[in-house]
Amino acid sequence: MALLNLYNCLNTYLVIGAMLFGFGIYGLVSRRTFIGMLIASELVLSGASMNFMAFNRFLAPDPAIGQIFTLFIMGIAAAEAAIAVSIVIAVYRNYKSIDTEDIVDMHG
Amino acid sequence: MQATICQAAANQSLFSAESFVGIIFLITVGLIIAGAWIAVVSRRLVRCISGLAVCFTGVAGTYYFLLSPFLAMMQMLIYVGAVSILIAFGIMLATPEEGDTAGNKGSPIAGPLGFAVGALMFAALSVLGVKTDWQVFPRTGTGDMEAMGKALLTSHSMVFELISLVLLIAIIGALVLARRGRN
Repeated sequence: MALLNLYNCLNTYLVIGAMLFGFGIYGLVSRRTFIGMLIASELVLSGASMNFMAFNRFLAPDPAIGQIFTLFIMGIAAAEAAIAVSIVIAVYRNYKSIDTEDIVDMHG
Repeated sequence: MQATICQAAANQSLFSAESFVGIIFLITVGLIIAGAWIAVVSRRLVRCISGLAVCFTGVAGTYYFLLSPFLAMMQMLIYVGAVSILIAFGIMLATPEEGDTAGNKGSPIAGPLGFAVGALMFAALSVLGVKTDWQVFPRTGTGDMEAMGKALLTSHSMVFELISLVLLIAIIGALVLARRGRN
């Protein structure tokens, strides 16, 4: 029965947040395209939001602050995705590729 | 809205309403895990973005369980509705050919190395979160939408203005970047 009461425990949400973060790090390291890395970075941001919401629900004195923080993270993620997609499109137009190995002109 | 870290499991039958809620929560967590896994390991970028949308749907459900239906709605609107669609447009506009579009053809150790690093981070953060003796503070607010709105326009108005500026600059920057090179 303890399995069905997981949604009332802080630890459950912390583990879910850490799991999203771990998936994001895995994707960031193993992916070779810009869009794949962008998807993985969205997972990392989502894990951070999950932690904020968990602490907001269980520990924080004023439960409005964590929700506001998560809203700001959403705004930053949306802006970041828009910029990243436009950079990807600009890179694709110049190199005909979004593979990170092909974009080696910027090596110092 | 009680401030306890973990409520004791009540003695409930499998077919009570609480058990049903618990089953829905387990389905939500399953959506998160399956979506994130598909988003990270799939070979096709279209499948990655579909997995990301599924994962964000699960995260929205989790926000509902964290007593914030407003954030759950915002998660669906912004992440599932806007960010995923935006990345899908990026895939349509800037993916060269069919086949292994996610591009896992790089260094052969990158996959196992990335998995090791991700698993290590997950284990470390989980142990840190579970082992820490969190301190519960007494509640001073309610955390409903009215309190959020008041906080956004009084104590957090500076950040509110700054994020509107960031979004404006992001829009203009995206337009400039994507338009450059086109005659």
